[in-house]
Amino acid sequence: MRIALPAPGYGQMPRNEAAPLVTLRSVTRVFPPIAAGGLPVHALGPLDLDLRAGEFFAVVGPSGCGKSTLFELIAGLQQASEGTIAFEGKTIAGTVPDGIGVVFQEDSCLPWRTVRANIALGLRKSGLARAEQDARIERVLNLMNLTEFAGHYPAQLSGGMRQRVCIARTLVMEPRLILLDEPFAALDQQTRLLMGEEVLRLWRATGATVFLITHALDEAAMLADRIAVMSARPGCILDVVETAWPRERDSRILEDERFGAVSAHLWRLLRNETMKAADAR
Amino acid sequence: MRASWLTLIRGLILLGFIGLLEVLCAYGVIDTLTMQPPHRIVTDLVRLLASGAFNRAIVRTLSNAMIATAMAIIVGVTAATLIHRVRGLREALDLLFSTWYAVPILAFYPLLIVIFGLTSLPSIMIGFMQGFVAVIVTTLDGLDRVPRVLRKLARTQHMTALETAWLITLPAAAPWLLSGVKLAIAFSIIGVVASEFLMAREGMGFEISYAYNNFDNARMYPLIVLVIVFSVSVNAVLLRWEARLARRRGLKP
Repeated sequence: MRIALPAPGYGQMPRNEAAPLVTLRSVTRVFPPIAAGGLPVHALGPLDLDLRAGEFFAVVGPSGCGKSTLFELIAGLQQASEGTIAFEGKTIAGTVPDGIGVVFQEDSCLPWRTVRANIALGLRKSGLARAEQDARIERVLNLMNLTEFAGHYPAQLSGGMRQRVCIARTLVMEPRLILLDEPFAALDQQTRLLMGEEVLRLWRATGATVFLITHALDEAAMLADRIAVMSARPGCILDVVETAWPRERDSRILEDERFGAVSAHLWRLLRNETMKAADAR
Repeated sequence: MRASWLTLIRGLILLGFIGLLEVLCAYGVIDTLTMQPPHRIVTDLVRLLASGAFNRAIVRTLSNAMIATAMAIIVGVTAATLIHRVRGLREALDLLFSTWYAVPILAFYPLLIVIFGLTSLPSIMIGFMQGFVAVIVTTLDGLDRVPRVLRKLARTQHMTALETAWLITLPAAAPWLLSGVKLAIAFSIIGVVASEFLMAREGMGFEISYAYNNFDNARMYPLIVLVIVFSVSVNAVLLRWEARLARRRGLKP
């Protein structure tokens, strides 16, 4: 199987801004009961959403609201109980489409492979010549500042660097849509801010669409062009907040007076839902 | 405690035990008909190996043990990978696996001789039967511990079931799988030597049994020591490899 890979600098390709990259229509996810006699769990929806090509989109919501379920539905790792999800106009039905790169919350580095071998994993079926594969790996190592650690094993790296390896393994495939599920959840606040800057830099460099799941309102407010706020379970979209940040931005946006207003607005939307979710637990 | 100290203590305990045997033999507490002193066993072993008289028996036993081990590993890992995918099958077989070692497998040896004749095959089968369940159980244990995120990763990388097993789940389960391999080697050697001891035309077990029946301690003890040295050496090499893998994965300092 040959994966369709855009040319280097793929992010700079012209895009049809009018057509959404991902569309969700009346999507629900209901989990069947775990034990006999139990009740099904309505985790998500009904939910409608469009992701625009090239945007940075974040989703925030209270714990257990179905953020990760939404993530896995778009990634093709789960199937919707009802409704349709399409990527580039093609329905996603329980398989991960070509062109989607996924970075998980948990450390998914393969500890028996070096950094280089971890990154090369995704290129097995690319159909690219060895020289081109090597060139891509070098580019991504360089982009993620991992060149000098190419021969290291994940155990020799910090948590932040391991997550960079996971992002590099996704980027080497040159995906049009990058899905990030709380990728910095295990990192300290300073490292999170710096990693956020790196993700913004990569987003600009690749031009890919980024879909970020996070529970950190400040992270969403700093990184995203648009932020969807989800309700408590069953998770529905309460509002989509436009940040209107310039494309060239980094963590210094925290100093912008509008940053506080965006964060406060998100919290205002979320406060009641978070209390509802806490009561439900 | 530092590794060098541990090695020293281990060596001293072993040397102390050998020294004690040497003293007990020298003072006649253990008579020479029961056991030769350790230094005689070593010189006899060197003499036997130099003479080449047992080369054929050694090659036969070790090659049979290696074939039995390889079969146990290949069948064990393949079976475990398949069983792990079918929950009902796993539940049905769990009890069988946990009671397997209560079965006196060596008792099947006469039956295997009837089926396969007095060839190497019955010994190999006994070695295999001793080892393969240990490989299945440890591999299943390892597969249970593969983080779910790695299985999701395999799906995002469009891997087939075979690729997922080869590239993700089996390497992730390797530390547990290696424990199974160590057990398979030990059990296979025990199975092969013990079956040769019972009934065979050649092999180290046969030679040990022959020497035992003829009160030939000058042959019996060196051959026993040779089996022990081989088994322990292979396990020691695997332990070093296991430690290296564990360090690489950050599981050991």
